[in-house]
Amino acid sequence: MGRYVIGRIGAAAATLFAASIVIFSFIHLIPGDPVSVMLGDAATPEQVAALRERMGLDEPIWVQYLVWAGNALQGDLGRSIFFETPVTQVIADGAETSILLALITMIWIVLFGIPVGILAAIRQGTWIDQGLSGLAMLLASVPTFWVGLYLILIFAAGLGWFPSSGYPSIFEGGGLANLQYLLLPSIALAAPNAALILRLTRASMLDVSREDFVRTARAKGIRPSRVVLRHILRNALLAVVSAFGFTFAALISEAVVTETVFALPGIGRTVVQSILRRDYPVIQGVILVTVCLYLVINLLVDLSYRLLDPRVEL
Amino acid sequence: MLGYLRVWTRPVVSRPLAALAGLFLIVVLCCALFAPWIAPYPPDQIDPVNRLLPPDAAHLFGTDHYGRDTFSRAVYGARLALLIGVGVVSFALASGVPIGILSALYPMLGRVLMRMVDVLMSFPSLLLALGLIVILGQGVLNAILAIGLIYLTTTARIVYGVALRLRSEPYVEAARSMGAGTLWIVRRHILPNMVSPLLVQASFVFAFAQLGAAALDFLGLGAPPEIPSWGNMLAEERIYITRASWLLLWPGLMIVLTAFSLNVMGDVLRDRMDPRFREMMGK
Amino acid sequence: MLSVTDLTVSAGPRTSPIGIVRGVSLGVDQGEILCLVGESGCGKSMTSLALMGLLPPGARVSGGSVELDGHDITHLAPHRRVRAGRGKLAMVFQEPMTSLNPVTRIGWQIEEAVRVHDPDANPTDRARELLEMVRIPDAANQLSAYPHELSGGMRQRVMIAIALACRPRVLIADEPTTALDVTIQRQVLGIIRELCDDLDMGVIFITHDLGVVAQIADRVAVMYAGRLVETGAVAPLFRAPLHPYTERLMACLPDPAARSKGFATIPGSAPRPGEIPDGCAFAPRCPRAQDVCRGGEVPVVRPEGGRRALCHFPLAEGETA
Ligand SMILES: Nc1ncnc2c1ncn2[C@@H]1O[C@H](COP(=O)(O)OP(=O)(O)O)[C@@H](O)[C@H]1O
Ligand SMILES: [Mg+2]
Repeated sequence: MGRYVIGRIGAAAATLFAASIVIFSFIHLIPGDPVSVMLGDAATPEQVAALRERMGLDEPIWVQYLVWAGNALQGDLGRSIFFETPVTQVIADGAETSILLALITMIWIVLFGIPVGILAAIRQGTWIDQGLSGLAMLLASVPTFWVGLYLILIFAAGLGWFPSSGYPSIFEGGGLANLQYLLLPSIALAAPNAALILRLTRASMLDVSREDFVRTARAKGIRPSRVVLRHILRNALLAVVSAFGFTFAALISEAVVTETVFALPGIGRTVVQSILRRDYPVIQGVILVTVCLYLVINLLVDLSYRLLDPRVEL
Repeated sequence: MLGYLRVWTRPVVSRPLAALAGLFLIVVLCCALFAPWIAPYPPDQIDPVNRLLPPDAAHLFGTDHYGRDTFSRAVYGARLALLIGVGVVSFALASGVPIGILSALYPMLGRVLMRMVDVLMSFPSLLLALGLIVILGQGVLNAILAIGLIYLTTTARIVYGVALRLRSEPYVEAARSMGAGTLWIVRRHILPNMVSPLLVQASFVFAFAQLGAAALDFLGLGAPPEIPSWGNMLAEERIYITRASWLLLWPGLMIVLTAFSLNVMGDVLRDRMDPRFREMMGK
Repeated sequence: MLSVTDLTVSAGPRTSPIGIVRGVSLGVDQGEILCLVGESGCGKSMTSLALMGLLPPGARVSGGSVELDGHDITHLAPHRRVRAGRGKLAMVFQEPMTSLNPVTRIGWQIEEAVRVHDPDANPTDRARELLEMVRIPDAANQLSAYPHELSGGMRQRVMIAIALACRPRVLIADEPTTALDVTIQRQVLGIIRELCDDLDMGVIFITHDLGVVAQIADRVAVMYAGRLVETGAVAPLFRAPLHPYTERLMACLPDPAARSKGFATIPGSAPRPGEIPDGCAFAPRCPRAQDVCRGGEVPVVRPEGGRRALCHFPLAEGETA
C-alpha cells in the first residue's frame, strides 16, 4: 500500500467525519422538539420522556454526538420509531432489493452506454452519431418515474410480460426468476445514467482518437477495428471508469423515486415512507449508510482507475 | 502535434434542433406569463360530470379525475416550472459564485470551503434535498432551496476551477504584481470571463431543476398539491394511468421537452465557449 | 524502389481545395538516405503522411501516385497495404513522447506489429531482436517497460523498432530527433544510418535542420510551400546551391565553415497553404526576384549530375542570393 492509498483513505475518513456531523445535526435542526414531533400530538408525557431518555436528548450536544457516532461505529444506528426495530434491521430488510436493483441497472448502463457511445464515436458527424447523441440528451432529460409509469402501462398492464410492482426476495419461492420484478425498474433507472455514460464514452473516444499513438497503431497496418478496441477504447475507458462513482451516487438518488413507482421494498422507498411517518432515525441511518457507501465506492473507483493506468503509482 | 488538424467536433446536435429548442422555451415562457389568456379554463375548475375525458376539441389534453382541464393545468404548470428554474438557478449562482471566487482568491479559505463542498457532494443529491425538506417543511420555496443546495456544489466547483485558471493567467498576475486590488481583479478580469461558463451552467441547472422538482412533487414532498405543477399532475393522476393513459402524457412531455430544450441550449452554448474552460463543464 | 510522382495533397472543400503539397516527385533507392528539408509548415509531414496513407481527416491525396517496387499504393490505408502484401513502407513520427500507447507495455506494442507482418515468427523473440537492432540495452527486460518509464531517446528507438517490424523497404522518419537533445540526437542518427546500410533499405529523413542533413544525407530535397524547389546529391548541393531559398537556408547555418556569421533567418515568412502566390512561391522573400518570377510557370533547371531546381535565376557556383 502506497502513500497515495493511505492518503486517499484518510481523505475519505475526514469527509465521512464531516458528513456525520451534518447527519447528526439533522435531527436537531428539525424545528420543534424532535421527540414530540416524532410522536405526534397524541403522545403521553411518559412516552415523550421515555423517548427523550432513549435518544439521550438531555445530555450536552457534543456528548450526544459522541454517543451517536460511537454507536454507529459499532453498527447501532438507533431504533425505528415506526417499526420499533433497530434501524440497521430496517435497512437490512431493504438492502437486497436496492443492491440487486443497482447491480442490474449498472449492467444495463454498461451494456448500453459504452457500446452505443463507441458506435456514436466511430460514426462521428454522421446522422447515426447525431441521432444517438440527441437520444442520449433526450434520455438524460426524462424523469425516471415517468418512464417507469409508461413501462408499467405498456409492458406490465398492457402486454403482461412483466410484473408491474413489488419484488419478492430471490431467497423465497420463485428464486432467481424473481429478478424479473426488477427488470422494468432497472430499465427506467438506467435510462438517464446510461445516457451520461454514452456521452462520456463518445467524448473520450473522440479525444483519444486524436492522440498521436493512435496514428502509430494505424501505421502498423493492424485492422481498424483493432485500433478502435485495443488502442482507443482502452484509453477512453479510463475516463469512463472514473465516472462510475458519480453514476453510483445518481443511482442511489433516483432509486428513491423508482422504488416508489414500482412499489419495491427497497431502502429508497423506506426513506420516502419514513419521511411521511416522521421516522427520523431511519432517515438519518439511511443517509449515513449511503454516504459511507458512496465514499467507499468512490475510493474503489479511484484505486482501480490507478491500477488500470500504469502512469500513476499507487 | 498537427493541432490545426483537429476536426472540431460539431455541436452534438445540429442547429435546427437548437432553433426548435429555443422556440419551445419561448412557448413555455409565454404559457407562464400569459397563462390566464392562453388557458381555456381556470386550472382548478372542477367538473365531476366530465371526469377522465379523452382529448377532444373542448379539452385538448382531456380532463383529469376531478374533471379539470388538463391543457389548462399544463399551461399553468409552466408558471411553477419557470419559478423553480429561476429560483434554483438564482440560488445556485448567488451562493456558488461567491464561494468559488473566494476559494480561488484565498487558498486557505478555499481549502476549507471546497472541503465543505466535497462533503455536501458525498450526499446522494435527492437524499440531501429530501433531508432539507424534512427540516424546512414542504413548500415551493423550500423545494427551491433544497434543489438549489444540490447545484450550489457543482456551481461552486466550476466557478472555483475557472477562477483559479484565470487567476494564474499572465495578465492577471501582472495586474496583481502592479498592485491591483482584489476587488478590481474580480470585477475586471474574473467576472467578465465567468459569464459564458455560468450561462452554460445556468442552462443545465435550469434543466435538472425541472427533473428534481418533478421528482419531489411526485413523492408528494414538493409543491403543495393545490398548485398545478407538472409533477403534481403526474403524482395525482398516476393511479388513473390504465384508464386514461393520455393524462400523464402531456405533463410528462412538458417536463421532458423543457429539460431537453434547456440541455440542447446548454450544449450549443458550451460548444461555442472558450475551449480552455470547456473541459471543466463536461459534467 | 519508392517512387513518388506528382503527389498532390489538398484540404478544404472539394470545390475550392487548398493545395498543401503541390506536385512532389521523388524517389529513394536501397541503402540511400534522402533528406527532405524545409521550414516548418512547408508540407513535409503532410507529404510523409500521404505516402503512408495516413492523412488526417480533412486532407486527401488529390493527384499523383506513390509506387513501392512497382505497385501502386497511393490510396491504400496501411492495413489494406498489408493485406495486399505491399506493407513495406514504415514511418517514425515526430513526437516520441506521445506516439506510444501509454497504457500498454512496449513489448506488446512491438509484438502487435510483428504479428501483422511476420505471422510465423515468435513475436517475443522478434520483438527482442528488434529492440537489439535499435541498440536498446537489456532488451529482454525492456520489453515489459511502459512508455512513461523510458526517456525520449529510448522511446524514439522503440518507435524505430516498431517501424522495422514490417522489414521495410523504405523507412520514413519525420523529424525523429527534433525533440531530443544533441547527444541523444547523434545516437539516433547513427542508428538510422547504420540500419539503412545494414538492412539495405531506403530512408526518407525529414528535418528542418541543415546541420542534420550534412551529417546523414546522401541526397537532399528542399521543400518550399508544398513544392520541391531543389533536389540533388548532398555534396554538390551544399557546395553550389542552385535555388536562392536553398542558399538562404544554408546561410542560416550557425557553422563557421558555412557562408555567414550565425543565427540569421530568412526575412519574412513562408506563405501558408491557400495564400501561396502565383509563380514562384519564394519570390516575395527572394532578393533576386524579378517580375517574371511573380506569375506563370517556373522553369526547371537541370544541370548535370541528377540535379534539379525550380528557378528563373538559379545561382552560379559561389554566388550568394
Ligand atoms: N486539414 C488541413 N486543412 C488545412 N490545412 C492544413 C491541414 N493540415 C495541414 N494543413 C497545413 O499544411 C501545411 C503543412 O503542414 P506540415 O506538413 O505539418 O508542415 P511541416 O511538417 O513541414 O512542418 C501547414 O501549413 C498546415 O497549416
Ligand atoms: Mg512536421
